[in-house]
Amino acid sequence: MALKLAYLLVGGCGGCDMAVVDLSEKLVDALEHLEIVFWAPTVADVKYKDLEAMPDQSIDLGLIAGAVRNKENEHLVKVMRQKCKIIVAFGICAALGGIPGMANMHKNEELLENAYVKSPSTDNPDGIVPQPVSKEGEFELTLPELLDYVKPVDAIIDVDYYVGGCPPHHDHVAKVVEAVITGNLPPKGSWITSGKAVCDVCPRNPAQKGKTREFVKEVKRMHEGIPDEEKCLLGQGYLCLGPVTQGDCGALCPKVNIRCAGCGGPIPPTRDFGLRAISAIGSILADENVTDQLMKKYPVLAKILYRYSLPGAMINRKIFK
Amino acid sequence: MHIFRKIFGKGVNGVKKIEIEPMTRLEGHGKIAIFLDEKGNVADAFYQIVEFRGYETFLRGLPIEEVPRTVSTICGVCRAVHHTAATKASDEIYGVEPTETAKKIRELFLNAHQVEDHCAILYALGLPDFVVGIEADPAERNLVGLIKKVGADVGKTVLKKRFAAVKVLEMLGGKPIHPVAGLPGGWSKRITEDERKEIEALAKEMVELGEMTLQIFEDVILKNEKMLELVTADYYRVVVNYLGTVDDSGKVNYYDGWQVGIDTKGNELFRFKGKDYLNYIAERVVPWSYVKMPYFKQLGWKGFVDGDGTSLYSVGPLARCNVGEMNTPKAKEAQEKMFDVLKEKPIHYIMAYHWARAVELLNAAERVLELAQDPEITSPDVRAELGEVTGEGVGIIEAPRGTLIHHYKTDENGIVTEANLIVATTHNHAPINIAIKKAAQHFIQENKEINDKLLNYVEIAYRPYDICQACASHALPGRYPLEVLVYDSEGELIKTIRNF
Repeated sequence: MALKLAYLLVGGCGGCDMAVVDLSEKLVDALEHLEIVFWAPTVADVKYKDLEAMPDQSIDLGLIAGAVRNKENEHLVKVMRQKCKIIVAFGICAALGGIPGMANMHKNEELLENAYVKSPSTDNPDGIVPQPVSKEGEFELTLPELLDYVKPVDAIIDVDYYVGGCPPHHDHVAKVVEAVITGNLPPKGSWITSGKAVCDVCPRNPAQKGKTREFVKEVKRMHEGIPDEEKCLLGQGYLCLGPVTQGDCGALCPKVNIRCAGCGGPIPPTRDFGLRAISAIGSILADENVTDQLMKKYPVLAKILYRYSLPGAMINRKIFK
Repeated sequence: MHIFRKIFGKGVNGVKKIEIEPMTRLEGHGKIAIFLDEKGNVADAFYQIVEFRGYETFLRGLPIEEVPRTVSTICGVCRAVHHTAATKASDEIYGVEPTETAKKIRELFLNAHQVEDHCAILYALGLPDFVVGIEADPAERNLVGLIKKVGADVGKTVLKKRFAAVKVLEMLGGKPIHPVAGLPGGWSKRITEDERKEIEALAKEMVELGEMTLQIFEDVILKNEKMLELVTADYYRVVVNYLGTVDDSGKVNYYDGWQVGIDTKGNELFRFKGKDYLNYIAERVVPWSYVKMPYFKQLGWKGFVDGDGTSLYSVGPLARCNVGEMNTPKAKEAQEKMFDVLKEKPIHYIMAYHWARAVELLNAAERVLELAQDPEITSPDVRAELGEVTGEGVGIIEAPRGTLIHHYKTDENGIVTEANLIVATTHNHAPINIAIKKAAQHFIQENKEINDKLLNYVEIAYRPYDICQACASHALPGRYPLEVLVYDSEGELIKTIRNF
């Protein structure tokens, strides 16, 4: 019997949906085993109220993409939990907050003020900022209210499985779909991953060539110099996060001479990506001068180490007094 | 009761409210609210974007060279556009002119995306209305219905040829969806001769796709008087100014050039590059939408009005066709034909957006082929030496939906201190409002029963702009799921109409 599938995109960009669509023929095959009962708002013409009308626990599998940014997202995520037996946080935004989660380094007021009042092209003599309820003449209009900060899905509901990636590569998506269809799933609470790091699948890794890693003697930003195409990026001083990042992508970024930025999420059982990253990076810097250089070259290091994962970290936002 | 089902309470002063929701995403969800007066005529209409993320602020503190891969996540469907615009801005920050080969790779990358994106929009959203018919059952007015009408072989061919463009994007961008290869002064990888050959072969398929698409489009419009009547109907005519990008010789260029603003008569009002955008464009804020309303600064904010003298403007395929000439031979011919048939320049008929999109699909495909055959494209010289940090950079490109502006300021080390972004759907926000209102006014008139045709009229009014929230529906069945809820002045639901 076909598994009933629901797919919901909340505060994200649609890239995870596209990764599923990019399965192309594999998707067509998978659909023989899956019955899509809900996929909003991108693929299936089924409405939110239809989801609400479905009996509780009547859907076998629910995929949620995107972070939780506003009250509307929060509500829909709760409905998904009610209706689905299994919930997968699909993609790094749902799993750990993703890039929109960098907003947690700022107050909502600051985010809104910069966008609507201070931006150089804005003409806003009255300092108007979008409001949950507003009046335009005699007409009353509403907008969803922002939450105080961005949350991963598991801050709202229990999540059974996690999938990393911004977005997950379509080959990885194919493996997730296969695991689901065959019922070959890890224990609840797990990431669905090969468990290998980006380095494990990276052709530049010195270990693959029987060599040992060298200490980093100089930190470089990505625009500095031209990296040797064969050698490890981290060894050349580029802050590649491959050692601590799930490698289900197949090391795509290092293959085009770009450092891994950690979109795959932490290698389990680590939950706090940034902490794991700084301990790995710290242990490979040659001396204190290099550490100083790192801090100088990346003055807001939190946005480098937690670019995809701040809302899922132990300290999940900047605290303002 | 959550937001999607939320009714705005009882009507105010006898005003009825109709909500169409959700328009689906991508920058966020959108919705349309139409207010009726006591007589049942349209009092006003509002198109709202209800999601907000705050990139302007949270990009601060990032090194500028890390920004292109980060801003790509503004949209998962517009695979190439934010990455390319931000990469161009990063060139200026590092005071560097990219190598000729790097510029060509970026242009090829962006043009391949134009092909992929225009194709998806046309086949999933635009063409079904024309080929299957405006009055057809909504359940048939989609990609599946289109394939039924034109034949499964055509459908398969389209999907295959579109995938050719996706493949080029994967090859050049590193990651298939959020690309990473753009760097200040260049591109992180060169194109090998093997890759070039593959791209050339794929480009030939894209050109065939462009020719085929245009043929379907011209057949449908030119051979059907009723269709031409609809395309040139008053209620689908929004008279505004236009903004698009051309090179020194006046030819449309998606990657680089002058941003030219023309008035409703087609006279050039101004042209600018880079940071000068601030002298010509300003954005108004409204409390009821998370997206601002840009207008031509020199004309002043005049509100939501179209017609001669308006300060509102549109961007995108039709705007570009109005502003400049196509830079490839076959597309130029197709562009001229469009002006001949519609008998005006600039064209203000919004349905012509789809036709212009088909012209551009062929144009971008021809350009990919030209670039793939350029001997310089395989040069290993893809990274230029950087200059001093200038502290400010603006990157402007033409995305499928229109002009895209990324503006950054940095400290002396290239760390972002300010960011300002104006995306294509934002430029079109006010004209879309007008288009929706006009269509609703035409349809909803006193004593007229509100039936499911309302949905068609309104849907067709905003679809030509290809609002980015709807990006995701480019992919498969290609419909914005829409529902219209009609409430009387007591807040009672009197009618529900939906397209599914």
